[in-house]
Amino acid sequence: MPALSIPTVASGDVTPVLSLQGIHKAFGAIVAVERFDLDIFAGEVVALVGDNGAGKSTLVKIIAGFHPPSAGRVLIDGAEVTMSDPSDSQALGIQVVYQDLALADNQPVYMNMFLGKELVKGPLRRLDRKRMVAETETLVKQLDVRIPSAKATIRDLSGGQRQGVAIARATHWATKLVLMDEPTAALGVAETAKVEKIIETLKARNLPILLISHSLDQVFRLSDRICVLRRGKQIGIRETAKTDNNEIVSMITGLST
Amino acid sequence: MIAVFKTIPPSRYVIYVGFLLIFVTFAVLLRNDGFATPSNLFNIAQQTAPVTVMAIGMVYVLTAGEIDLSIGSIVAVSALLAAVVLREWSWPVAVVAGLGAGAAIGVLNGALVAYGRLPSFLVTLATMGVFAGVARRMTDLQSVPIQNDFFNAFFGSGSLLGLPSLILWTLVAVAVGYFVYRETRYGAHVHAVGDNARAARATGIKVLRVRFSVLVLSGMLAALAGLLYAGRLHGARYTLGEADLLTVIAAVIVGGTRLNGGSGTIIGALIGSLLMGILNNGLILMGYQPSDQMIARGLIILIAVATTLREPNR
Repeated sequence: MPALSIPTVASGDVTPVLSLQGIHKAFGAIVAVERFDLDIFAGEVVALVGDNGAGKSTLVKIIAGFHPPSAGRVLIDGAEVTMSDPSDSQALGIQVVYQDLALADNQPVYMNMFLGKELVKGPLRRLDRKRMVAETETLVKQLDVRIPSAKATIRDLSGGQRQGVAIARATHWATKLVLMDEPTAALGVAETAKVEKIIETLKARNLPILLISHSLDQVFRLSDRICVLRRGKQIGIRETAKTDNNEIVSMITGLST
Repeated sequence: MIAVFKTIPPSRYVIYVGFLLIFVTFAVLLRNDGFATPSNLFNIAQQTAPVTVMAIGMVYVLTAGEIDLSIGSIVAVSALLAAVVLREWSWPVAVVAGLGAGAAIGVLNGALVAYGRLPSFLVTLATMGVFAGVARRMTDLQSVPIQNDFFNAFFGSGSLLGLPSLILWTLVAVAVGYFVYRETRYGAHVHAVGDNARAARATGIKVLRVRFSVLVLSGMLAALAGLLYAGRLHGARYTLGEADLLTVIAAVIVGGTRLNGGSGTIIGALIGSLLMGILNNGLILMGYQPSDQMIARGLIILIAVATTLREPNR
């Protein structure tokens, strides 16, 4: 096995925002992730690619706090953290955008934007709908997400608009990292282009993004580095500018081209 | 006018139109039978109080994506327990016992559903049966009279500032129920959990705690309904609440609460239970037998549900 060379965008004296060290996850006798190491630095988009069952979703769930790793360490800004619930990762500034749009369909956009973190006012701690609506409108405008109104019900929006809302929510609450799990898998061509444009807007904000995608074209368009997983094994990490489609495909499939 | 209606989903206004329609129909048909007299309308509002109180609990439970079938049995158990306690002790002890029984059954339901991860439909179907049996056992099918005047006045036949206590209880329950449902973070979390539990959990909402709490709330409100029955009837019997489950669910659904969770309305539930009360009252005044009433109520529920529940993408 060739030694893992892990190129970084910066020299060693910069602390990565998120550092995964020797992550191992087994469910009973089934090993989902054998060993995984990755440093993500501010302002970069790292793509995580691999076939179905490669262990991508398991890694997402570990970083999102749904289940702890069986072994290994998760560090944020150099400090080790333990997470046992999604609320833990939230508190640490990690936000996830899911492929199947983790939105509450019958609630308005602004309630989804503040889901679990609703703004309140006064001694009775009443919901401050006015402020939530106003802040939502500012947020979606900044990311150029076009929705009819912050009061519109999610159910009445298109797939692209919904994912726009989900991304706006994630970026609003993320202080450390945005995890995107197949953000365009459910979208059409035009809507995908729109969401990719939003992701590029985010890059400018210095917020690191870990992007999971099946579309290599998309990965090459958006990412700075590409990390390949195959059957729970970390195959390698490449700088997007210094690799090509063929190399990544052969890393994913295990076949030389 | 029509344009206004088009912007609101039908489930939100059909109840008001239906309510007015049925009210006017009865008022015309029964103009010589005293339907639309203030005393009869006050009477309907008072008789509806326990159903309204339970309906408020049901709105929370359905909105959170669960259901509580055990409310009728809770009514009987808590009313009987309060009545039995009142033989020996003072009214505050009886109130605590009655509400405590409802809370305890709610805790049992909630724990099995939230932490035992069992479907609420089956859990509360089972506890409905168990506590219907318990209610029969408690006094060997005997009814228990209540002679505590304060209790009877407070929960049933008394009044304050000219308003009958049953109507006051309804107003308080609706006001508090509405506020918590619409204006608090807890209410927002109940909506989110019933709408998309995964999304709720991913944003850090304690989904299991919400599921647990709505069933406890529903149990306590059913217990309060039991006390209201006991106060109004000056006694308790195992049959109390027996026929209420369908009425409550019908009132809530007809009122505009989604059966699948995620959205609902407290005011709609109030109008829905008043509608059920008007139906009962009107049909009695028209001289129908209880059997005919059951048929008429069933048909009207069907019509109401057909006009409110049909979703475009089904």
